[in-house]
Amino acid sequence: MIGKSLRPLPAGEFDDRKARHLLNRAGFGGTPRQVQALADIGLRRAVDYLVDYEKIDAPAVRVDQFDKDIMQPLARDQRQALRRARRTADEATLEQFRQLRQSAQRADRTQIRDIQRWWLARMIETPRPLQEKMTLFWHGHFSTGYRAIEDSYHMFMQNQLFRYHAVGSFRALAHAIIRDPAMIAYLNNNQNRKEAPNENLARELMELFTLGEGNDYTESDIKHGARALTGYTYRDDEFINFQSPQYQRLHDHSLKRILGETGNFDGDDFVQIILTRPVAAKFICWKLYRYFVNDLPGVPQKPAQQFISDLAKVLRDRNYHLKPVLKALFKSAHFYDSANIASQIKSPIQLIVGAIRSLQVPPRNLSVLLSASELMGQNIFYPPSVKGWEGGRAWLNTSTLFVRQNLMIYLLTGRRPGTHAWQSDGPTYDPMHLIEHLRSPQGMVNLRDAVTHLLGVNLASPPHPSRLDVLVRFAESGGGTLDKAMLVALLSLITATPEYQLC
Amino acid sequence: MSDTTYTRRLFLQQGMTLASMAATAPLFIQRSALAMMQPEGSMLSSRPGVPEDHILVVVQLGGGNDGLNTVIPYGTGRYYDARPNIAVPAPGRGAAQQPAALPLDHSAGIGLHPNLAGFKELMDDGVAAIVQGVGYPNPNRSHFTSMDIWHTADAGAKGYGWIGRYFDNTCNGSPVPERAVAIGRTAPLAMHGARQQPVTFETADLFRWLGEDLPAPGGSLNPPYQQINRSSTLDNVDPDSQLGFLMRTALDAQISSDRIRAAVAKQPLVRYPGGQLARQLQIVAAMIRDAMQTRVYYVSLGGFDTHANQVPRHANLMRQLGGALNAFHNDLKAQGNSGRVLTMAFSEFGRRVGQNASGGTDHGTAAPMYFVGDMIRPGLLGQHPSLTDLDQGDLKFNVDFRSVYSAVLEDWMSAPAAKILGRTYSKAPIIKA
Repeated sequence: MIGKSLRPLPAGEFDDRKARHLLNRAGFGGTPRQVQALADIGLRRAVDYLVDYEKIDAPAVRVDQFDKDIMQPLARDQRQALRRARRTADEATLEQFRQLRQSAQRADRTQIRDIQRWWLARMIETPRPLQEKMTLFWHGHFSTGYRAIEDSYHMFMQNQLFRYHAVGSFRALAHAIIRDPAMIAYLNNNQNRKEAPNENLARELMELFTLGEGNDYTESDIKHGARALTGYTYRDDEFINFQSPQYQRLHDHSLKRILGETGNFDGDDFVQIILTRPVAAKFICWKLYRYFVNDLPGVPQKPAQQFISDLAKVLRDRNYHLKPVLKALFKSAHFYDSANIASQIKSPIQLIVGAIRSLQVPPRNLSVLLSASELMGQNIFYPPSVKGWEGGRAWLNTSTLFVRQNLMIYLLTGRRPGTHAWQSDGPTYDPMHLIEHLRSPQGMVNLRDAVTHLLGVNLASPPHPSRLDVLVRFAESGGGTLDKAMLVALLSLITATPEYQLC
Repeated sequence: MSDTTYTRRLFLQQGMTLASMAATAPLFIQRSALAMMQPEGSMLSSRPGVPEDHILVVVQLGGGNDGLNTVIPYGTGRYYDARPNIAVPAPGRGAAQQPAALPLDHSAGIGLHPNLAGFKELMDDGVAAIVQGVGYPNPNRSHFTSMDIWHTADAGAKGYGWIGRYFDNTCNGSPVPERAVAIGRTAPLAMHGARQQPVTFETADLFRWLGEDLPAPGGSLNPPYQQINRSSTLDNVDPDSQLGFLMRTALDAQISSDRIRAAVAKQPLVRYPGGQLARQLQIVAAMIRDAMQTRVYYVSLGGFDTHANQVPRHANLMRQLGGALNAFHNDLKAQGNSGRVLTMAFSEFGRRVGQNASGGTDHGTAAPMYFVGDMIRPGLLGQHPSLTDLDQGDLKFNVDFRSVYSAVLEDWMSAPAAKILGRTYSKAPIIKA
């Protein structure tokens, strides 16, 4: 029995506009033809197609495509040599170790850039957009930054973990994240041991990852939770073996009292206890709601709150499996409410990936795109803090708006600002395919129809009539010929409208 | 959301004219118009009655500037023992390849790097100061973490930036574009608040829509672009909606861009030397001269991470620093603004006392901070850190950097330092009473 607020959209109401909304939110948008195809198969099948994506072939991620050994810890004899050099103030040997470390760090910084490019390319190309969209969601949720951990392969492993569990079980993911080397290093659980507990992971596990700040737990739960997590660390790329003497030495085996339960708990017991709390499901569904439905500032309104509660009930009833929740969400009438369409400010990644996927512009230079994304406030693998990206209106200010508009110029023309002249990256873009279907039998395209169509496929909400007028007047003053140059000019203007930033 | 409630409150107080403007005017014009209708000072300053004309310019020296080769303890033999190849000679002992330190305090045996002549001149004129031995407890030697600690003023390097929090805690907590301007590729953490975000640009010419440079059929793309981005409202657009917010931001961006580019296009009143820092400070001086409403500017110079072959690299950086600060002050003086602008330079840490095996120095701890402005208590402030009483080969700090921030916030910006920094720090006496 699902909650009333999750009432599905009547099948007959799933039109092009709603199909575009679905593809924008459950993915990164798409071409008019892709939108049309979703609309044609109907709401239920369209949602299932996007969520049950394992049925779609996608290139597998090769785990050996990146070097896992760049930041390999020192071997035992090296460690001894280093200690000896420190003891005897042997500057020459110390200098050798410093050089070694610095060159490893340099190589690793190069590799994290390779990994950034690889992920961005994957988001642009994937036939399973929801998988990457959810991977990005978990990256922001279980926020971990390269800058603090300085190990690109661990970031890659974590990214793979998010992809693997993307729409799977939140329970499985929560158990996996406390064993994840990148997370362990980021929140200092590698320093969490019996004699000197470090509370960082325990605190964020409850505050940011599962329950929400101040929801249903106390400082004492954090202290005892931290003790349960003692010894949860890793060696090189592997989580510690529970049978190992090292774990036995580091782990606090005494009784803990967490959220009212008492026992000789370890980290996995801690996660299990947390997930018995109804507020955990609610917190996750609130975050999903903000990511997929609406992130307007302020407390969600009554209907939204009911919707989140009903989603949370689905999540609990289905033992934290995410697919039923996502399907209910994407099929609901609430999701397609006009107040929720074109209500989100695109994240920088949404803007970049969405523009490329929808307009079919050449992807240009991935490094330039990544640097634009950073300027717009979203540098993947470098979230600003353990809270991830704030999102919503925080994406947008006068500086980032110019970057957003200029990025679109770059995608459409390949021309980027140098200090002196424009450079051009990649082939010229031919947008003629966007209007081919509007040709009359005589081969003519009506200007007003063409501009209306371009506005319609690029904006998430129906365009304001005055926008149409400005663009038509511009095209007429340029002779009214709908050639390649004119279409690029029109698209440059359309993507520079404030409403283009919404999806 | 706060914008709305704020507008509504004023609507009740002041009637229809304002309310109708709220929907159409860009954010900061709206606020300055509102300010004119308020009793003098109440909107414009963080403290009633204090006119808001004080400006802070932060200069970040990224990479860990070697404090000991900037402010040189030439009177201490231990300095030369620890740095046989890279120490700066005492006054009178220089050579062609290694010029001597410029004396500052002969009795204490303290001098300046020879390439800081421009800064020495400001010291001699009584408009510059050095606070010695600034740091914080349990120093972190990672560039990123230590820089984040300086930016957040938080031991755990967590939270928003200290300047961002300054804005969040003043100006009625409502962000005004242009109040905070960072010259650079990305906005520094220090300038990020919960509500305030800085305007950020690398060169003023890139702070605009570049589509206007495109060849367009029938002329320029600029007129339709301006029409679209300056239409602060459309029928049926709720000003509180996302679109309403976007349209106001778009209009703000156009107006900021016009103003900043017009300001920067003017010739400076003095000649600036070459280099990145001088270029940035020239932009800042132009904006100050143009009476922009900016209260905090942020500029930065990198390259201070001198692990190897330090002497020539550091000398070059010192020349840039000294020359840029000197030209900037003289420009402000010629404008009549040197009494309004406090310039503060810092680095995330100093370097170790002993040189390393590559003719460089590794990451250290305490280091000096540098100040320029007519309001500053000039000279060498505080004690030079001891070169014998060390913590594992590193200098011990005498002044917590948050004591310096407290002074800047309270004595210069008239802002509640304890509230912004999260606790009370004893204020370093750097501003003239």
